[in-house]
Amino acid sequence: MDTGREQAVLTVDGVDALFAALRDQGYRVVGPTLRDQAIVYDDISGAADLPRGWTDEQDGGHYRLTRRDDDALFGYVVGPHSWKQFLHPPRQRLWSARREDGGTEVTAEVTPPGRFAFIGVRACELNAIAIQDRVFLGGPFADPHYQARREDAFFVAVNCGQAGGTCFCASMKTGPKVEAGFDLALTEILDDGGSRFLVEIGSDAGRDVLVSLPKTAATEQDRSVASEIVARTTRSMGREMPDGDIRELLLANLEHSRWDDVAERCLTCGNCTMVCPTCFCTTVEDASDLAGVETSRERRWDSCFTMDFSYIHGGSVRTSARSRYRQWMTHKLATWIDQFGSSGCVGCGRCITWCPVGIDITEEVRAIRGGG
Amino acid sequence: MLQVASPDPMVPQVMRIVTRRKDAPDVFTLRLEPEGDDLPAFAPGQFNMLTAFGVGESAISVSGDPAKGDGIVHTIRTVGAVSRALAGLRKGDTLGLRGPFGVGWPMEALEGKDVVLLAGGIGLAPLRPVIYRLLAERDRFGEVAILYGTRSPGDILYLRELESWRRRLDIDLLVTVDHAADDWHGHVGVVTTLLPRVAFDPENTVALLCGPEIMMRFGVQALGNAGVPDEAIYVSMERNMKCAIGLCGHCQFSPVFICKDGPVFRYDRIRYHLALKEL
Repeated sequence: MDTGREQAVLTVDGVDALFAALRDQGYRVVGPTLRDQAIVYDDISGAADLPRGWTDEQDGGHYRLTRRDDDALFGYVVGPHSWKQFLHPPRQRLWSARREDGGTEVTAEVTPPGRFAFIGVRACELNAIAIQDRVFLGGPFADPHYQARREDAFFVAVNCGQAGGTCFCASMKTGPKVEAGFDLALTEILDDGGSRFLVEIGSDAGRDVLVSLPKTAATEQDRSVASEIVARTTRSMGREMPDGDIRELLLANLEHSRWDDVAERCLTCGNCTMVCPTCFCTTVEDASDLAGVETSRERRWDSCFTMDFSYIHGGSVRTSARSRYRQWMTHKLATWIDQFGSSGCVGCGRCITWCPVGIDITEEVRAIRGGG
Repeated sequence: MLQVASPDPMVPQVMRIVTRRKDAPDVFTLRLEPEGDDLPAFAPGQFNMLTAFGVGESAISVSGDPAKGDGIVHTIRTVGAVSRALAGLRKGDTLGLRGPFGVGWPMEALEGKDVVLLAGGIGLAPLRPVIYRLLAERDRFGEVAILYGTRSPGDILYLRELESWRRRLDIDLLVTVDHAADDWHGHVGVVTTLLPRVAFDPENTVALLCGPEIMMRFGVQALGNAGVPDEAIYVSMERNMKCAIGLCGHCQFSPVFICKDGPVFRYDRIRYHLALKEL
């Protein structure tokens, strides 16, 4: 895999040393770990916390963990979590206020720098973060909380060694190879000797960390094996987004009968919006003590699938499931392009896997396009 | 690497209520002055997010005179928890304000044109800053027609001002109500029925509409029938808003965010979307 970037090879112990080095530099190391029969993102203390030897089986409305027949550290794809829960947390205090002496004092909530080191970030997820960067930092107004958490984040990316049953990053051109936005990128090479990792340097910060680690030089063979791993992953995508101008297709079909069809299946539960790594919508909640002296406002994730989302005096704008599913999907795949210059979908497949009735966004697009 | 957003656009500044006036049974007007900070400058058609501390926040258009500089004026109809809490505030009380936000009325586009304002109900409030400007700089505009429809005579906003404006010989101002008792001698009917009663050259007119969406749909239709092209019609849209800065996602109207791309839109630019239900 010749990418023009510097490369080296790490062992499993080398990866462990990488996590320790990041922690020594003051990073909060967060990565995939096993909990509640799912692979979730949480604080990890070393390679031992990774879901070693596990993989995931994914399909529409289906997620199961199974044992692999090897000890791969990254032998699975993405689970219900995404990095947005760290960069754009589900709840964020915005300010608090105190009424006293006939006046009111408002205190802004200041978010300290996150100093996150994210481990095992996939290509689709790096693309999702780049999309949220455009949403939250693209202006005219920027979100200071996202900014503080995002600013110094360190990304240890992973090239996927296999595609999941609901993955379609290849057709969204967002993976499986990590192309940009990382500090170090790993490709896990599995052979009789266990795992070793071809590591690619993506930034000066990445180089600085790597320097101190035990590593060996990357050989031509390492490169070509890594290259074949990514090629194999590309070929094994579980889903595919139809090609063509999807924005044009959806906006020309806002009254298509397929919206009625999907509304028959959609429970408007909002799961797709919660697991989506780019969905960014929020609402606010105000709180008060009993005397009304101490008050505060929190922002929390919201979903366009709720009735409240579009409520204005007199009622909700989008009362039908048809209109709410249409809003979500046309925003994700079409009007997002008008608003932020790219599709809002990265092909991670979470919305398909975690939909309780297995609605498949690629299938819905195919149905609207017609002709199979 | 990134510019720090300062001050935080989600944090309200504290304003004090200088005057409070009741306009109608469920409508009141507050004049606000800042506690410490500078008075934010605003343009006609822009809005602020008003916080009733401990209750919540609502998007409210500015209804005062931008040229006066004597505070921020908001006319508010009591329709939900936040407006009810704001209604409970008295002179001297404090509230939170973020803003102003949004793209307002196209004041430059009105110059040299006949101007038709079509207001429904509380929709007169966001148009009042335009009226102040039209009257203050009357020579810069052609014919001026202000058409205002509301539910009943008791719901008429800014009654004294309307009466004083109607005494002017250089504008047309007509008021209609949906229903009234025998003691009402004015017009009864929807606001579009007033359109044939005023003078304007449809080919040299700009029309500004603000009111319930249904009223604006019919208003646009009536103006079109009178020969005013869609490109010369502007409407002020309303959707749920939580942030007013394009980050919460609530006010999306297909490709646009009402909060930062609007609330005022040239009609031909949203015509297609306005025709679709539940968008």
